[in-house]
Amino acid sequence: MSDNHHHEETFFQKYIWSVDHKVIGIQYGVTSLLFLLFGFGLMAVMRYQLAYPETVIPIIGQWLFAESGGIMLPENYNTFGAMHGTIMIFLGVVPLAVGAFGNYLVPLQIGAPDMAFPKLNAASYWTYFVGGVVMMASFFTPEGAARSGWTSYPPLSIFESGQTMWLLSMVFLITSSLLGSMNIIVTIVQLRAPGLTWFKLPFFIWTQLVTSFLLVLAFPPLEAAAVLQLMDRIAGTSFFLPSGLVYAGEAVAAYGNGSPLLWQHLFWFLAHPEVYVLILPAIGIVGEILANNTRKPLWGYKSLVYAISFLGFMSFIVWAHHMFLTGMGQTMSAFFQLTTMIISIPSVVVLTAFFISLWGGSIRFNTPMLFALSFLPMFGIGGLTGLPLGVAASDIYLHDTYYVIGHFHYVVAPGTLFALFAGIYYWFPKITGRKLHEGMGKLHFFPSFLAMNGIFMPMFIQGLAGLSRRMYDGGQQYAHASDITHWNEFMTISAFILGLAQIPFILNIFITLSTKKSEDRNPWKSTTIEWSAPSPPLPHVNFESAVEVHRGPYEYSVPEREEDFYPQTSP
Amino acid sequence: MDIFIPNIVLTLGQIMSNNSDHSIEHHIQTYIRVFIALGVLTVITVAVSYLEVSFIEAFFLAITIASIKGSLVLGFFMHLISERAAIIWILVATTVAFIILMFIPLISLTDSTGMY
Amino acid sequence: MSSIPYIVEERPDTGLNNSKLGVWIFLASEVMLFGGLFSAYVFLRLAAPEGDFDYWGAKLNVPMATFNTMLLITSSVTMVMSWASLKLKQFDKYKMYLGITILCALGFLFVKYFEYTGKFHHGIYPSSSTFMGIYFTLTGLHVLHIIGGLVVLIYLWTRQADKMWEENPDLLANRIEVTGLYWHFVDLVWIFLFPILYLL
Repeated sequence: MSDNHHHEETFFQKYIWSVDHKVIGIQYGVTSLLFLLFGFGLMAVMRYQLAYPETVIPIIGQWLFAESGGIMLPENYNTFGAMHGTIMIFLGVVPLAVGAFGNYLVPLQIGAPDMAFPKLNAASYWTYFVGGVVMMASFFTPEGAARSGWTSYPPLSIFESGQTMWLLSMVFLITSSLLGSMNIIVTIVQLRAPGLTWFKLPFFIWTQLVTSFLLVLAFPPLEAAAVLQLMDRIAGTSFFLPSGLVYAGEAVAAYGNGSPLLWQHLFWFLAHPEVYVLILPAIGIVGEILANNTRKPLWGYKSLVYAISFLGFMSFIVWAHHMFLTGMGQTMSAFFQLTTMIISIPSVVVLTAFFISLWGGSIRFNTPMLFALSFLPMFGIGGLTGLPLGVAASDIYLHDTYYVIGHFHYVVAPGTLFALFAGIYYWFPKITGRKLHEGMGKLHFFPSFLAMNGIFMPMFIQGLAGLSRRMYDGGQQYAHASDITHWNEFMTISAFILGLAQIPFILNIFITLSTKKSEDRNPWKSTTIEWSAPSPPLPHVNFESAVEVHRGPYEYSVPEREEDFYPQTSP
Repeated sequence: MDIFIPNIVLTLGQIMSNNSDHSIEHHIQTYIRVFIALGVLTVITVAVSYLEVSFIEAFFLAITIASIKGSLVLGFFMHLISERAAIIWILVATTVAFIILMFIPLISLTDSTGMY
Repeated sequence: MSSIPYIVEERPDTGLNNSKLGVWIFLASEVMLFGGLFSAYVFLRLAAPEGDFDYWGAKLNVPMATFNTMLLITSSVTMVMSWASLKLKQFDKYKMYLGITILCALGFLFVKYFEYTGKFHHGIYPSSSTFMGIYFTLTGLHVLHIIGGLVVLIYLWTRQADKMWEENPDLLANRIEVTGLYWHFVDLVWIFLFPILYLL
């Protein structure tokens, strides 16, 4: 088979339709970061509305909400809310965690020249891109973007605007995800370098493997459900519409006999494993950075591997804890409470192993380590606050309140997102040949950390007081919320501080890219294989010579060596 | 990837996975036999549908016959009978996930408070 | 990408080549896709009033579907025969069997076309009932999979295949094996769809 990298690649082949996993990883990374920024913008407008309900939104209000003179209407709020969730999860975090970090690092950490199916890899990125374009285009249609929550519950979602394009976009995004995760599994199984046995794999690779299995098995039922909902919207079917439904004063002209519960089950069958997709790559990144910056192997490597594998399996049988209020019987409620309690155990194993990993370590407090360390208590709070939600008796009170929003944001925002920031700071030198500036990194970290807590901690207070979520005025109309709505302003100001704190990060990237490349290909003195490649690794082949692995992933603090570690490839 | 597989399957697998000409011809005989079996089973499927049985009985009968046909396609046309452990385990995991998915209707419709 | 190993030859410890593992994982996701729709079918049937699904199900054409079942089973055996012919280095037989597979698939599509237009002619659409909705969705998705497979089968029957056979016969055999796995899966889905939709 002819080798075509001897020919000069065109601009198109090198940067647009590249089949090099590194280029594709960067494409995913840049695109997802832009979507994260956009999703943040949506939230910023929502938070302004919550702090100062029914006032004119400054600067962009006149442009965004021209018909209402710059005031955010309830339907606008609902649109922003639905799209914030959708974009952050499906266009932001997962493509960053799996598409960017996964694609870039998996071949490098296993000593492979590329992913198993490079062309499929490029296809998965562009499918994601098309899905993103469709999702964003929905804002510009006459009826506007989706506004039935990221959860798209029928019957509302069958009649509300913007949902058709949302569903179409999801079909593209799910397809992209399936192609990508299949690629990752085959790559890890088949392309490990000689000597790299399963328990010598860096923990990050294990998390990517479990994540990919979750994506392969859990996403398709949502694709099926999306097709059914599309049929309900455009073909007049009634898969999710019960009989006798009346909408806007008129009886719905559909056959009926459908069930909104069917959508909820199929949706949460994915959406629960999806949250583990959100957290597992982050856990993997944190593990790598902790080992490196404590100069010690991870404590309990095998326990970690078994814990996340068990977590992956359990994630398929807890989904109905999102549905405790749908009238399910006691048997099923008991079943799902039990499985939900059990699934908290592996998370505790992971967190414990990480904490113990710190014990006796020579800790270096660089920027990636700061983000990785903060992940531990933040994920801890997120996980602990999930427990009352997993018990039906308390969930009946807390469901659909701000308590839930606080819970999941703690896990995803100062949890996953901080881990992803840590990863960017950590692997930036490998991708670009330059370390990000430490001072600016700390300027990014400290205000972000404080602001995150400022936004989300009061949400528990609000939720416990009974403040419902998805209310466009932040609870002003409700008497039972009157003594906690004052928190809204504090949370909004924290949100704006969080936004400002990202500026040093963005500037850092651009300024660092304009500096000279370093000669040091392993500035963090790390053991894993990607650090033995040049920075950036060679196009299409990554390594200068064939990789052979002789050691485990975290041989740090080796006494007899001048350098305190053994790279995995050293004999 | 040293994974547990029952001995009898391994032996059957070794018999079938030999890639020499002789065993490909032996395979071809098997394919023809499976084809005939599938045709017969299809006729049986249709014939059985005329029996007067309850829905549950009909459902299990249909699924059983379909599973036999499916196993023949999976085992012989898709060569699962001689396939490596990794593939088998992926299919086991998928089957478990599929069965869990089938529980969705059962949950909602058989165990509810009856309010909705 | 010649630097990627195990495209055709098997990796010693897993015993697999990349495409075979890849296609089985893809098939796993397809099981879950059709599984989602099957789950919806069971749900809707149990939630429907007594006799509703029987009434609408009786409107389906069993002889046509039985004929279609036979067509797909035939295409499945000719598919595996075409792979076996390649392994035996009998290129002409490979083309013949693959050609029959393609014809069977086209036949299936024609029958389905008559089935669907027949329904529309009688004013029966997906919106007519939940049974018809799930019937059209399940069989429609299946038809899309047949079409997708057909595109690949036709590609492997054209001159591209002749070229691949000359330059890299093992790669062609691998591609046919992997395509065959997908094709058998499409047959497998129909083996379950047929009794569930048409006979129950």
